[in-house]
Amino acid sequence: MKAPELDETAIKLEGVWVNFNGTLILEDVNLTIETGRYVGILGPNGAGKSTLLKVILGLIRPQRGTVRVFGESPEKLRHQGSVVGYLPQRPLGNPRFPVTVLDVVLMGRYGRIGLFKRPRREDRDLARARLEDLGISHLAHRLIGELSGGEQQRVFIARALGVEPRILILDEPTVSLDACVQDDILELVNTLRDKLNLTVLIVSHDIGAVARHMDDVVCINRRIHVHQRPPIGRLGLESTFGCAVEYLFHGEIPHRVVKTHDD
Amino acid sequence: MMTDLFALGFLQRALAAAILVSLLCGVLSTFVVLRRMAFIGVGISHSAFGGVALGFLLGIDPLWTGIGFALMVALLIEYAQTRTSVEEDTAIGIFFAASMALGLVFLHLSRAYNVDVFGFLFGNILAIDTRQLWQILVVTVAVLAVILAFFKEIVFLSFDEEMAWVNGVPVKALRYLFLVLMALVVIVTIYLVGIILVSALLVIPGAIAQNLARQLKSMVWVATGVSVGSAVGGLILSYAIDFPSGATIVLVLAGLYLLTSGLRPWLHHR
Repeated sequence: MKAPELDETAIKLEGVWVNFNGTLILEDVNLTIETGRYVGILGPNGAGKSTLLKVILGLIRPQRGTVRVFGESPEKLRHQGSVVGYLPQRPLGNPRFPVTVLDVVLMGRYGRIGLFKRPRREDRDLARARLEDLGISHLAHRLIGELSGGEQQRVFIARALGVEPRILILDEPTVSLDACVQDDILELVNTLRDKLNLTVLIVSHDIGAVARHMDDVVCINRRIHVHQRPPIGRLGLESTFGCAVEYLFHGEIPHRVVKTHDD
Repeated sequence: MMTDLFALGFLQRALAAAILVSLLCGVLSTFVVLRRMAFIGVGISHSAFGGVALGFLLGIDPLWTGIGFALMVALLIEYAQTRTSVEEDTAIGIFFAASMALGLVFLHLSRAYNVDVFGFLFGNILAIDTRQLWQILVVTVAVLAVILAFFKEIVFLSFDEEMAWVNGVPVKALRYLFLVLMALVVIVTIYLVGIILVSALLVIPGAIAQNLARQLKSMVWVATGVSVGSAVGGLILSYAIDFPSGATIVLVLAGLYLLTSGLRPWLHHR
């Protein structure tokens, strides 16, 4: 595989429309993401955030428009099992599923290992290295269901990275985690992006977190609006969310400005 | 007394069949439990009744018509679930009832009052003949070979289907394949415990293993051991106390499930 060029396009969507049971989810979406960016996708519930990710992953085929990931269609790409690392929104469907953390991270290798073959020593070494990257080596032999939410998210990010991907796609990685753990994980992802030369897409509805950590912000509510760099204007956000939102500032101390009290 | 027991040809065949079928059920039940497919098991097994009755009507081996029906219903359930807005359990509820109703109509039309309907409904392992034993052996080898070949993919898609798909695992093909395996196993298990009780063997060994084992591979071994042990133990017990064999096996399994569930808090006390 050729090495990524400096400003090669990682993801390109042109005129993408998605309908689901007669409801319009994505309307004429055009989006270009260059390699190496840390992109946050923001939007209210039901705005089509996860749908946008699934279109990029090839899980959903749009009714109209084209999707290219490193110049290839997502359906073609998935058979290589090696370009996209993905963290689904609810990765642990059955908390009693009897697999260890190392087993879970090794699953990320299965696409590369291929059918009828067993994981080799290189696969195990790579899985352990990813656990190391996420600071959870000591959990390798624990059962996945026994871990805390933050630990589980790290395991699933390790699995996504086990693919040795060029793009990392995380769907609400910090939902249901407390604020400190959220920041840790987003910062960790940023570090890993540099280390592993990744393009990162994160879906979130936490405006503050996205503005603090990411290069670009894609606001989505059926249609999309791309902001080059924070701070994000209130008007842009309010038009996306369709309601009043908190204003964001960057300063020495992280802070937010809220409306004055009535009394 | 024991030597007499094993000297009888029909009992040897029954034991061999019980071991093979319970081995299969043990392995498969692990995934049935983990993938929460217990009700699909009920649906597939009951719909086999329609096929078995069709076999009587047409005068062909009920094994083939049974497999045909079980497969058809399994695939219809999958199709309804993925392609239409019908809920999976609704689809199962409709298809298996319709298939059983068809079975009753076929039986009525065939006027075959002398066939062993009761044996098909509740199992009659002691009546198994050499040809059926061969059928069971072929199905056992085939199903185990397929599971072994796709073991890591089946685990992956049981754990997280979406991620498995993204990583290039042929998820759709494997889902259908797993249903085909279930249909095959259901049909041969009918010889052991009958249509009504098949789902017990597809579920209880896995449920017991989930109580006892921490890791997936040990869960498969425990489920298989429990399944084979209960089938052989239940068969011998039923002969000794003159109880129906299929029911005895299922009761042994259910008893073990209750026991291990009660012990669970102590077993996982670390």
